[in-house]
Amino acid sequence: MNNNPLIYFDNAATTQKPRQVIEAIKDFYENHNANVHRAVHTLSHEATDLHENAREKIGRFINAKDAAEIVFVRGTTEAVNLLAYAWGLHNLKKGDEVLVSLMEHHSNIVPWEMISKINGFAVKYAKINYDGTIDYKDFESKISSKTKLASFSHVSNVSGIINDIKKITQVVHENGALMFVDGAQSVPHMPVDVRDLDVDFLAFSGHKMLGPTGIGALYGKKHLLETMEPFQGGGEMIKEVSFNKKTERVDIDWNDPPWKFEAGTPNICGSVALMEAIKYLESIGMFEVLKYEKMLTEYAVKTMQNCCTKLVLYGSSDHSRKCGIIPFGITGLSSHDVALFLDNYGIMIRSGFHCAQPLHQVFKLQSSARASFYIYNTREEIDRFIEVLKEIEQF
Amino acid sequence: MSTVEDYVARIEETCGEEKDSIITFKYDKRDEAVAKILKKAKLEKSISGIIFDLAFQGISFRMFASGKAIFKGVKSREVLHDILAALLLQNV
Repeated sequence: MNNNPLIYFDNAATTQKPRQVIEAIKDFYENHNANVHRAVHTLSHEATDLHENAREKIGRFINAKDAAEIVFVRGTTEAVNLLAYAWGLHNLKKGDEVLVSLMEHHSNIVPWEMISKINGFAVKYAKINYDGTIDYKDFESKISSKTKLASFSHVSNVSGIINDIKKITQVVHENGALMFVDGAQSVPHMPVDVRDLDVDFLAFSGHKMLGPTGIGALYGKKHLLETMEPFQGGGEMIKEVSFNKKTERVDIDWNDPPWKFEAGTPNICGSVALMEAIKYLESIGMFEVLKYEKMLTEYAVKTMQNCCTKLVLYGSSDHSRKCGIIPFGITGLSSHDVALFLDNYGIMIRSGFHCAQPLHQVFKLQSSARASFYIYNTREEIDRFIEVLKEIEQF
Repeated sequence: MSTVEDYVARIEETCGEEKDSIITFKYDKRDEAVAKILKKAKLEKSISGIIFDLAFQGISFRMFASGKAIFKGVKSREVLHDILAALLLQNV
């Protein structure tokens, strides 16, 4: 890239794909492509089996009780919107509250604000400490019997801080509310057990965990999914649509979850490729993935702390509470300057707000540069990154 | 006759108060664009031929050898377009 070996440190945005995933996509379209659930022919059965096997695989990956608790979505953003519209629109009313935090990605803020404008409930924001951790006192002061849902990220996409979701969920449940977790930055990087965490809903995106874009999952406890209204209307999400001569309208019988939430032809190839990505991650082991990324993060933070006088690390310096994400800045340069300078050397990082403007307001930052790692990154790449950062400091 | 669009692939405005405009030159035209701009604008500072701090018609901006430029605080897209036209299209 720009006459340099490519160093890809923008994994919090999306990840590169292993050959196995790319081959799975090719194999699907070459050998198994058909629509699912709708035909009696052999190819459709093959495609259906692959698609439903993927659902089971994803369910087991996060330790869901039942594959029916996994709803295929385009990604985490669509999952939050699904929850907001299919649950929030029908269950939240004036006087109710949804509690989120100021560290959330815009996708876990905007849908709630949109629905609140329709239903008149309030969206409350738990404060964030200057080191990027949740202000638990503030969180506990804001949760009450009015709170119907708490919606928190497991890992911040800006600071990499890992939130204690088990502890938060316990408090949320004690107050009679439901717990949604944005797992976009946790599921790809660490073992996540939805039953151990006891969360009610959790969402993640395939493309952030070696899979293709356009596929992700919403986990929901089965009894909750059963009581929810559909998200979008169309084929697949219905059992029956019959014209009623008496009323001259159609009577509609919803399908069972998860299909009730999957209107239209799903991303079949995407689910199959995501299954392959999960197999790849499992072959390494999620504890190993976490351990390796923590090693890289610790190494990078320690080296960055001593490399240049103008370099500022944002958020907590306690890397034991962080996961593969390092926000930083260079005094006198904008985050975009830093990213473009590194780009000249073939080093890809992110700059800007990372879709989390409120958290940047907490940090009193215009924007930040962000290096984020994954399993294929190395210490040697970090050394090269540091070398280039030293050069930028001359400016 | 050449236009700014012949050279520019994308202009992205960043969020927040800074409102930077990031210009990405077309891959096959980037060397030509960088050379033209370096010829026209006043060089104020540079590192290793990679970053150039430049000034032109009272506006300071930063250009990268990889074919990108950042303009800060330009009032509107039209003003930016005029600056780019002056840098890329008009003869010295």
